[in-house]
Amino acid sequence: MTTTTGMRDAFAHTLNAAFEQDERVGLVTAVISADRFAAAADRFPDRVVDVGIREQAMVGVAAGLTLTGKRMVVHTYVPFLVERAFEQIKLDFTHQGVNPVLVSIGASYDDPSMGRTHQSPGDVPLIDTLPGYTIHVPGHAAEVEPLLTAALAGDDPVYLRLSTRENATPRPVGQGLVPLRRGGLGVVVAVGPVLDQVLAATEGLDVTVLYTATVRPFDHAGLRVAVDAAAPNVVMVEPYLRGSSSAEVATALVDVPHRQLGLGVLRDTEVHAYGLPTEHDAVHGLDPGGIRRALIGFLPA
Amino acid sequence: MRTDTASGYRDLPGLIARMAGDEKHEQAATSTLDVLWVLYDRVLRVDPAAPDDPGRDRFLLSKGHGPMAYYAVLAAKGFIDPSTLDTWLTFDSTLGYHPDRTLVPGVEIGSGSLGHGLPIAVGQAIGLTAGQRVVVLVGDGELDEGSNHEAIAVAGRRGLANLTTVVVDNDSAMHGWPGGIAARFAVEGWATATVDGRDHDAIERAVTADHPDAPLAVIAQIREA
Repeated sequence: MTTTTGMRDAFAHTLNAAFEQDERVGLVTAVISADRFAAAADRFPDRVVDVGIREQAMVGVAAGLTLTGKRMVVHTYVPFLVERAFEQIKLDFTHQGVNPVLVSIGASYDDPSMGRTHQSPGDVPLIDTLPGYTIHVPGHAAEVEPLLTAALAGDDPVYLRLSTRENATPRPVGQGLVPLRRGGLGVVVAVGPVLDQVLAATEGLDVTVLYTATVRPFDHAGLRVAVDAAAPNVVMVEPYLRGSSSAEVATALVDVPHRQLGLGVLRDTEVHAYGLPTEHDAVHGLDPGGIRRALIGFLPA
Repeated sequence: MRTDTASGYRDLPGLIARMAGDEKHEQAATSTLDVLWVLYDRVLRVDPAAPDDPGRDRFLLSKGHGPMAYYAVLAAKGFIDPSTLDTWLTFDSTLGYHPDRTLVPGVEIGSGSLGHGLPIAVGQAIGLTAGQRVVVLVGDGELDEGSNHEAIAVAGRRGLANLTTVVVDNDSAMHGWPGGIAARFAVEGWATATVDGRDHDAIERAVTADHPDAPLAVIAQIREA
């Protein structure tokens, strides 16, 4: 049994096993993580391909393989996958009526020492402009395998956003919004790897805390149930651009007078700084103290 | 009097004439006409009765501009009912300025934004069997898009012998230079040939020439005023 130590390892372990089990499954990457799939590329050269540092070709080639009947994973560092090759994702897949499993690493600012060029806090809302995508934001390496396995078995478009930031323990996935605490002043939704910060921030507060690793499709019914049992004050805490799910909350509560607050990466500034992820959390108000201050300011006294 | 059973090269101008309103792309349409005809009449193993046959060859019109010639050839070959040509550009029509694979049987890709077909063709050539041809038509102007050159390099390194790129060269590229198109493919390991884009026999010979262990680029020159 292979021991995995992080989301990227879990991704590689799961996908390498899938290559053996399902001849439809393939991968195109652009150097990033290629070493983890080198043996598979030798064994399955017609479906495991490293195109070099060519992200447009990476997506286009993967689309071509999909048009021959393969279930293709497309993988590289997040800004080069989602932002650099976005038109290819939009036209080579969505417009052609075929779908990929996009898997990124790097998240919003997993490694700030790399600088802004390697940060992509806008990836989730950008993918959300395309119809039909399931978007997974796992919070623990153990959540990756079930999400990826389900994605590979289907034909729908999936975006799996991996991160080096993890919660201490895995949580259930594939079940919509999972209640972890119950309270009366409002509902706080933690997405993926921000859960531990949210749990720390809400310690002692009379709020419901929900967890999800899947933000699209959004669990409208689950949110509605939680709001029915608490004051209609909803806080979304997302590890990418703040407010990315505001429209989903509004849709879920379209006939319920409610207040909502979106926490996440700042929209009105580009942070020119290196350092550590935790230091960037503090800038964006995603550290436990920042989240708690925002909650106390938002929730009724 | 011609009927809706038109089926020959001589019928193509009449079929094209049923579509009006794309003067902007008229040169693009007429430039590709002979290459398209030769491919569908002499080269591609495709069947209008089974347009989704997994064993078929693939043709990708990457340069989606000026598709009247493409639609006319598809109509002449039975993929499209010729009466559909009369509807083009209307809301209920399956035929627009740029082809949509989800609307037209036999159209392998939706195109229009330039520089997408060749990378997709590379993926198809990797995924299909060696005996299945993948032919992609690009324009010389379209080769200005850098995405093509990512794909050209990948195809050359992988030696994709089942891949053919036909470049319809009507001298519309910015910053082009004589011989430059073939040279750019050749330097990445492609076999190349340059032909008169109106000479059907020359096009056929070039596209069907043996090119083991390398993809093939055929530059079809159109030098009319």
